[in-house]
Amino acid sequence: MFNSLSEKLESAFKNLRGEARINDLNVANTVKDIRRALIDADVNFKIAKEFTDKVKEKAVGEKVINAISPGQLMVKIVKDELTELMGGTEAQFNITGNPAIILIAGLQGSGKTTFTGKLAHYLKTKKGKSPLLVAADIYRPAAIDQLTVLAEQVGVDIYSERENKDAVAIAQNAIKEAKAKNKNVIIIDTAGRLAIDEAMMTEVANIKQAVNPAEILFVVDSMTGQDAVNTAKAFNDRLDFSGVVLTKLDGDTRGGAALSIKYTVNKPIKFVSSGEKMDTLDVFYPERMAQRILGMGDITTLVEKA
Amino acid sequence: QKTKEGFFSRITKAIAGKSTVDEEVLDNLEEALVSADVGIETTVQIIERIEKRVKQDKYVNTAELNNLLQQEIEAILVDAPEQNYKDFDIPEGKKPYVILVVGVNGVGKTTTIGKLAHNYKKAGKQVILGAADTFRAAAVDQLTIWSERVGVSIVKQAMGSDPSAVAYDTVQSAIAKNADVAIIDTAGRLHNKAHLMDELSKIRRVIQKLIPQAPHEVMLVLDGSTGQNAVEQAKQFTATTDVSAISITKLDGTAKGGVVLAIANQFKIPVKYIGVGEKIDDLIIFDKHEFVDSLFKLG
Ligand SMILES: Nc1nc2c(ncn2[C@@H]2O[C@H](COP(=O)(O)OP(=O)(O)OP(=O)(O)O)[C@@H](O)[C@H]2O)c(=O)[nH]1
Ligand SMILES: Nc1nc2c(ncn2[C@@H]2O[C@H](COP(=O)(O)OP(=O)(O)OP(=O)(O)O)[C@@H](O)[C@H]2O)c(=O)[nH]1
Ligand SMILES: [Mg+2]
Ligand SMILES: [Mg+2]
Repeated sequence: MFNSLSEKLESAFKNLRGEARINDLNVANTVKDIRRALIDADVNFKIAKEFTDKVKEKAVGEKVINAISPGQLMVKIVKDELTELMGGTEAQFNITGNPAIILIAGLQGSGKTTFTGKLAHYLKTKKGKSPLLVAADIYRPAAIDQLTVLAEQVGVDIYSERENKDAVAIAQNAIKEAKAKNKNVIIIDTAGRLAIDEAMMTEVANIKQAVNPAEILFVVDSMTGQDAVNTAKAFNDRLDFSGVVLTKLDGDTRGGAALSIKYTVNKPIKFVSSGEKMDTLDVFYPERMAQRILGMGDITTLVEKA
Repeated sequence: QKTKEGFFSRITKAIAGKSTVDEEVLDNLEEALVSADVGIETTVQIIERIEKRVKQDKYVNTAELNNLLQQEIEAILVDAPEQNYKDFDIPEGKKPYVILVVGVNGVGKTTTIGKLAHNYKKAGKQVILGAADTFRAAAVDQLTIWSERVGVSIVKQAMGSDPSAVAYDTVQSAIAKNADVAIIDTAGRLHNKAHLMDELSKIRRVIQKLIPQAPHEVMLVLDGSTGQNAVEQAKQFTATTDVSAISITKLDGTAKGGVVLAIANQFKIPVKYIGVGEKIDDLIIFDKHEFVDSLFKLG
C-alpha cells in the first residue's frame, strides 16, 4: 500500500520529464497523484485539495533549469510548502506561573494519561521542575490507579480524590495542594471525551475557567482519519488550546491528521509521543513530519530517479 | 433524517435534467466516501462500479442512484459466517467458547470486553474474563472493575507476569468451572512491533494446549476514528492471529468508520459489533444496512 505513492508519482513525474516549464497541462496528473497520496496519508479531503491547488499555482510557470528535472522541482515545492505549513514560528512551551498549570484534553484513548506521565518526566529531568499530577478523570475505570502507577514510575507526586465526583473542584484543590507542597508545575489529566458530548465539553471548559492554565494541550492519536478536522475544531472552539500533542508515532501511520489539524486550527504541535515508556517524548520537528506524510523515503529515491 | 437529505439533495441537484450521472455527481460521491475514511482505492472502485451500472441501465434518477449506491457499498461488506445460533449464544460443541481480543493501543478492547461479557451474561451464559494485559498501567484494575460491574469472575495475576500464563489459567479455569465463555483481554500493541506480535502467537499456542480449536474467535478491535492505518492493522493482526471478527468502537462520535469498507474489500473479515459509548449497554450488533446509511449522513 505504501509503495503506491512512489509508484504513482514516479509515473507522473515521467510525464514531466523533458518539459522546459511546468504548465497547467503537464502538471495536472502530478497534482492529482500528490492529492491522492495525501489523502492516503489521512490528510483531510478538502485540505488536500486546497493544498495541492496552492502547490500547483506555485509550480506553474516555474522554469525548469537544467540541473533539476520538473519532477524534482515539484517534489521540492511540495515538501517546502508542507514543511512551512507544519511549522511556522518556533513553538514555546509556557511554564510560567507558580504553579504553572497545564491542562490535558482529548478524545478517549488518545494517550492523555500516558502523555501526562511523560510530560512530568520531561519537566522533572530536563527542566528541573517539581511536578504534581492531578487525576481529574472521574469516569474511566481505574483512571486514578493508572495515573498513580505512572506517577510512581517517574517519581512525582499525584493528587487525587477518590470520592469526589466534581472534576473542577479536584483541579482547584490540587492547586492548593501544589502551593502547600511547593510544586511548581501541575499537570491535569482529564477524562477522554467526544467533541459532540455537550456535558463533557462543558466540564473541561469549566476546568479551564477555574484554573486558568498556562498551557492547554490537545492530545491526538496520529492514526486519526478524516474526522481529525472536526474534532480539533470542536475542542479548539471550546478550549482555545495552546498546542497539540501527537501520539503513537512509533506506529507506521503517515500521520496526515497532523497536517489537517495544523491547517484547521493553526495551533503549534508541541510534542510527539512515540512509545509506552515514560522517556519516549520528543519535541516536534516540522520537516520530519512533512517527510513522513509524504513518505519521504520514497520521495528521496524519486528525486534521485527523476 | 435531515442530515441524510443533505448529501442526497446535492446529488439530486447535480443530476437534475441530465440523462446520465455526470462528473459532478461522481465528485460528490467521491467526497462523501473519502471523508468517511473509505480510502481512495476503494472509493475509486465503488465509483467505477457505479459508472458501469449507470451506463448499463441508461437513465438513472436519484432514487435509483441512491439504491444503486447502497447496493454496491453493501456488497463490499462481507457477512458474518452463517450463524445458526442466536446472538450471544455459543455454537454447539464449543464450550468454553474462547474469545481472544486484540488491537492497537487505546482502541477500546477492555471496554468492549466488559460490554460483551454483559451481553453474554444477559443471554444466560457463564462468563470468565482473563486479564492478560499485564503491561499497561492499571490494566488489570480496569478489567477487574468491569468484571465487578457485570458480575462475572476474572482470572488475573500480578502486573508484569507472562500474558500467556494468564490466558492459560483463564481457559483452564473456564474448563474447570464449566463456564460457557472465556474472554481474554490483551495489551494494546502496535502491529509494526514484531516482538509484541509474537507474544500474541504465543498466547494462541498456549491456549491450544488446552483446547486445540481455541481461540474460537479472535476479535480485532478498531477505533472508528482511525484512518487508513486500520488497513495495515487488519493485515498484520490477521497475519499473526487469524482475526475472525472485527469490532469498531467509538462510533458515537462523528467519525464514520468507513475504513472498514476498505478492510472488508481486501480481507473479507466480517464486522460483528460496533461500540457506541462507554457504558455497559453501548454495544450493538453490526447491521450492514444501517452502517451504509450512516456513511452518507453529513456532520
Ligand atoms: N505505542 C504507543 N502507545 C501509546 C502512546 N501513547 C499512549 N499509548 C498507549 O495508548 C493507550 C491509551 O493511552 P492512555 O494514556 O490511557 O489514553 P487516554 O487518552 O488517557 O485514554 P482515556 O483516559 O481512556 O481517554 C495505552 O495503551 C497507552 O499505553 C504512544 O506514543 N505510543
Ligand atoms: N465514546 C466511546 N468511548 C469508548 C468506546 N469504547 C471505548 N471507549 C473509551 O476509550 C478509552 C479506551 O478504552 P479501553 O477499553 O481502555 O481501550 P483498550 O483498547 O483496552 O486500551 P489499551 O488496553 O490501553 O490498549 C476509554 O476511555 C473508553 O471508555 C466507545 O464505543 N465510544
Ligand atoms: Mg486517561
Ligand atoms: Mg485495555
